[in-house]
Amino acid sequence: MIKRFIQNAGWPRIIIALFLLALFIAAPFVGVRVDTSLSNTLVRFGMNGVMVLAMIPMVQAGCGLNFGLPLGIIAGLLGATLSIEWNTEILAWLSGLGTQYKISWLNDIFVTAWREPLGFASAIIIAIPIAAILGWFYGKLLNRVKGDEMMIATYVGFSSVSFMCIAWLLLPYKHPTMVWGYAGKGLRTTISVEGYWLHVLSDSLALNIKTDDIHLYIPTGMLIFFAVMAVLVWIFMRTKTGTAMTAVGSNPEFARASGVNVDRMRTISVMLSTILGAIGIIVYEQSFGFIQLYMGPFYMALPAVASILLGGASVNKAGILNVIVGTFLFQGILTMTPSVINSYLQTDMSEVIRLIVSNGMILYALTRKVRAGR
Amino acid sequence: MIRKLFDKIANNAVPAVFIIISAFAIPLSGYSASYLVQELLTRIGRNSFLILSLLIPIMAGMGLNFGMVLGAMAGQIGLLFICDWGIVGIPGMVLACLIGTPIAIVLGIFCGYIMNRAKGREMVTGYILGFFINGVYQMTVLYLMGWIIPITSPTLLLSRGYGVRNAVSLLGIRGILDNLIPTIITGTKDAGQFLSINGAKSFMMIQLPFIEGSIRVPLATLIVIALFCVFIMWFRRTKLGQDMRAIGQSQSVADSAGIPVNRTRIIAIVISTVLACYGQIIYLQNMGTLNTYNSHDQAGMFSIAALLIGGASVSRATIANVFAGVILFHLMFIVAPVAGKNLIGDAQIGEYFRVFVSYGIIAIALVLHAWRRNREREAARRSLRGNKGGE
Amino acid sequence: MSENNTPLLRLDHIGKEFYGNRVLSDISFDINAGEIIGLVGENGAGKSTLLNILFGMPVISSTGGHEGALFVDGKKVNFTSPNQALAQGIGMVHQEFSLIPGFTATENILLNREVLNGSSLSYLFSDRVSTLNREEMNARASAAINTLGVNINPDMIVSEMPVGYKQFIEIAREIDRKNTRLLFLDEPTAVLAESEAEILITALKKLARSGIAIVFISHRLSEVKELCSRILVLRDGKLITDQPAESLSARQIASLMVGRESEKKVDLQKLPEEPEDIESENASDSLTQQKKKKKIRPALKVEHLWVDMPGETVRDVSFEVMKGEIFGIGGLAGHGKLGIPNGIMGLYPAGGRVRLFGRSLTLNKPRKALGRKMAFVSEDRRGVGLLLDEPLDWNITFTAMQTQGRFLLGIPYIFQMRNEHAMRKEARKYIDSLNIKCTGPSQLAGELSGGNQQKVCLAKAFVLRPNILLICEPTRGIDIGAKSLVLDTLKEYNRENGTTIIITSSELEELRSVCNRVAIVDEGKIAGILPASSPAEDFGMLMMGQTHQEEGEESA
Repeated sequence: MIKRFIQNAGWPRIIIALFLLALFIAAPFVGVRVDTSLSNTLVRFGMNGVMVLAMIPMVQAGCGLNFGLPLGIIAGLLGATLSIEWNTEILAWLSGLGTQYKISWLNDIFVTAWREPLGFASAIIIAIPIAAILGWFYGKLLNRVKGDEMMIATYVGFSSVSFMCIAWLLLPYKHPTMVWGYAGKGLRTTISVEGYWLHVLSDSLALNIKTDDIHLYIPTGMLIFFAVMAVLVWIFMRTKTGTAMTAVGSNPEFARASGVNVDRMRTISVMLSTILGAIGIIVYEQSFGFIQLYMGPFYMALPAVASILLGGASVNKAGILNVIVGTFLFQGILTMTPSVINSYLQTDMSEVIRLIVSNGMILYALTRKVRAGR
Repeated sequence: MIRKLFDKIANNAVPAVFIIISAFAIPLSGYSASYLVQELLTRIGRNSFLILSLLIPIMAGMGLNFGMVLGAMAGQIGLLFICDWGIVGIPGMVLACLIGTPIAIVLGIFCGYIMNRAKGREMVTGYILGFFINGVYQMTVLYLMGWIIPITSPTLLLSRGYGVRNAVSLLGIRGILDNLIPTIITGTKDAGQFLSINGAKSFMMIQLPFIEGSIRVPLATLIVIALFCVFIMWFRRTKLGQDMRAIGQSQSVADSAGIPVNRTRIIAIVISTVLACYGQIIYLQNMGTLNTYNSHDQAGMFSIAALLIGGASVSRATIANVFAGVILFHLMFIVAPVAGKNLIGDAQIGEYFRVFVSYGIIAIALVLHAWRRNREREAARRSLRGNKGGE
Repeated sequence: MSENNTPLLRLDHIGKEFYGNRVLSDISFDINAGEIIGLVGENGAGKSTLLNILFGMPVISSTGGHEGALFVDGKKVNFTSPNQALAQGIGMVHQEFSLIPGFTATENILLNREVLNGSSLSYLFSDRVSTLNREEMNARASAAINTLGVNINPDMIVSEMPVGYKQFIEIAREIDRKNTRLLFLDEPTAVLAESEAEILITALKKLARSGIAIVFISHRLSEVKELCSRILVLRDGKLITDQPAESLSARQIASLMVGRESEKKVDLQKLPEEPEDIESENASDSLTQQKKKKKIRPALKVEHLWVDMPGETVRDVSFEVMKGEIFGIGGLAGHGKLGIPNGIMGLYPAGGRVRLFGRSLTLNKPRKALGRKMAFVSEDRRGVGLLLDEPLDWNITFTAMQTQGRFLLGIPYIFQMRNEHAMRKEARKYIDSLNIKCTGPSQLAGELSGGNQQKVCLAKAFVLRPNILLICEPTRGIDIGAKSLVLDTLKEYNRENGTTIIITSSELEELRSVCNRVAIVDEGKIAGILPASSPAEDFGMLMMGQTHQEEGEESA
């Protein structure tokens, strides 16, 4: 029984889970509060969850791990920056609608109460079509290079990020909070979302208990948003298309013989992955408080890839549970190692541990024997 | 016929595009010819060895060895030790190589073993392996050195007593190989001026009529690189080289002919890793400073990009590709920021442009390779069809 | 010759069982120097197992070794790897080329046997750091090529050679081994044009005169007869004949290969001429029957079909299948019988014309074929037939879900979710009716045994409620009990639903026991279509390409 469990979960996962457990147990002894750590873990879970979710469609459709996540992130960044650039116009247009149809309370809502959520929603709404278009091209590309998806995805991600570096400098953004003050053009490296949609999800319905004994903060809104996204993905994977997609990933020949258009399914999966990546980064930013441009998204794929693998996914099978478990474990380690180990060793080993854990996990998944018959 | 022509163009398209870009960018940059030649010579000396280390795995069909950063890390560890021991000059470099070699061999064997377990995705595995070993390297250098590993020099260690500083000066070996045989090329009319400034020390001086100013030639480094090219040419003619070519084309046939496939693949990676270790040492002796935590990071990416720009592909690379690549890639590296500044008024754009080009070129090379391979597979299948299939 | 007394190779009561499945029994024969032996037999007669034993392939030792003993030069040997056989001078030329495409002829002939320049470094490391001696290598390669009596430039790159040359390079590679004394050739002429085959035969005769013994495995009986001095016929793992070639006619060989004296199975099919019988079981009235007979139209009409399926190329095939008929397609492996159903279903590039109940079918689109209520059971169960990592209910219902929109909830084209309840119910139905041994509909398909996996594949096809069912190799790789169950299921399904069934199988007996008519495919073409009750040797002749050629001459 135990043997079977170990076999199913794989040694690396168990070691990492035990390591995390040990960190939580050790925390009180080195003066780190478990409740704050847990709160931090939850916040990071909510921030990163959707981006990890973005791995599912591509893995399930047999396109491998989405190392090209930065492409989706770029779409998200465009959505985020444009939502700020056009914030006034969007709100004005909406309240204009209110005036036009003589619904005065609508006006109030748009101008005041719902300002921030609407900004956030507009970021997502702008990002989705951009992500869909980018994902479509990206999917077409990946269909032509079957077998080498992962490496190419990595470099598609890298080159698109560096291409956008040029674009961020040249695009005609005007909004004063976003462009360099002295030059009046070119976007800044980090842009604060304060006053636009800072913590719109995190703080809504948030549970904030701060007594002498307990410091607990649960970003309920963000967790609910993640749950909604997860349920949507879950439902999608159970639709006719989602079923076909899973079959394509499981055995493309079977799917083809069953009349499924394999390339189309793969393209759809890549588009979905890209869209989820775009939404994921916006969720991340609203909690983090800043939009990170330029080289910011560069290595963002690796933690997401590592998370889902840590959760028990393989290169061609992944589910919602893998996302939840994996993100929690991975973010747990990222939160706990700095606090616990730092207090113990007085140094920050988190970066090193992050490198070893995440890449070790990916290596483990890559070197596992591909199942016979394929 | 048309396809052959297409293939020919596709094979050389990348270098051609770069020549065109350079042709536009060089005048825009406003650099003098002798400045460019000087810079290029320096960079050829600095980078060629690293790039050459990529050739052997390509021959063995293992693609671009993204795992070469492992060798670079081994070289850096060697350098850290000689800095600590205060050994300078050529003996220092040799010792650094001697220390780096066993580490590179162990890492190479590990890398080869992992890649044998991930056949068909060697590149992405090597790439991730680079990150993984980077984590181990950082742990070693940042925590173990000065604590378990005996490093004592206070110039190396962080003030807390263990862990190596972010920037380590390599003054002891700086330029030591480059200047081993001091050589200068000067213009005839500038020769006198040069001598009056520098004195008639033991320079090997070549005077050419059409040169303005003076150019330092890292002759010894170039000789080492030339020797290494000879090594590669020799290696291609050995039985081992022949076996690697065979494995590169068909692992199953090579295996059935009795060639030890996995072992040979590991040897290919070990050679590449060890050479990358030496390459990094040569690179750093030219730079003169070691960024403990970053120097190796870019070594792999820039070397691979340069090789591809030189017209190599994932499955085929020659020595000529290496030098063409070094020249074209670094030409762009030198001129792009200035050209960007002069053109758009922003040096940053040129900076980003060259980063974009490095990544983009790798992406395009990988896509072309996969695409061509899939097309060839299809063509091979079609050729199996009987005579009837024509209509 | 002095060695005549001790044979080069002696096989003494060789036998082999795979997991209780006997594939070879009691094979004994000698091979003498300079002799050319023809080894013939149907697919599955045990040829490849025999070769595997002779060359010490790991597949033999890993499945419990073999019975009997091998003697080389009178000494008992026990090979555990092909290299040991090679060391004894026993070489093999495989059916698939094992050449490196980008290498020259020389490099391929001397692969891993390169001539090396001595080097002091080789003492320090190994021979592998010595450089190659190209001149010497070219000389040796030329010598080997010349032995064959062909003219090939040793510097030519293999990928640029015509197919025939590649075969010569393969043989030259074996000749170049200094000690090669015995050479096995597996279907060496299959890829050759007639003129090339002639050159090869001449070359082989020349080789034999130099003292090398040759075992020639081929289905082209005319070539076997022309080349070989002795002919061995294998059937069902037994050595049926070991006779001088002159004493056997091609027809005799064919009948020995396929002929089974027990003709009692043949009486199973009674309806070769009146296939419509089957569906009108209730209408036993002879008048209605006659009416129906007039109306009868072919369910499937195939004209000039070609299919580009690797290893199973179909060149030009035409045939008709009547409604309610069970139609068999037989022939040797690699001759294209599997290409026909795969091509009709659109799984491989195909051309020609296929008409289904009079209406033409779009080729190259699996969805179109499925949409016309055809169902397909692939020969490649694990590769194409099943989703090994998914549960049984997925496997059974997936195709119907995707092509017929069943097992779904919701509004078509807008939002449809899979109906897991219905899926499980359907799966359970077939698990019961086909007696699939499993823990339930949610067990993964990969965990079942071969026979049960095949039943899942059948269930998948039945769920589609097909008008025409195409089945490839229904009994490959499953045990005897499951075999008859699968075949009975097919017959029953045909009887109950009047479904037209096309079975493609390598096992002729199986086809003859189930089908009404059987077509034999040879080299991508139909060699002939016979009622299943025809004598087995007639089928054998068709398979050997004999009648086909003769017929061709007659009609010309």
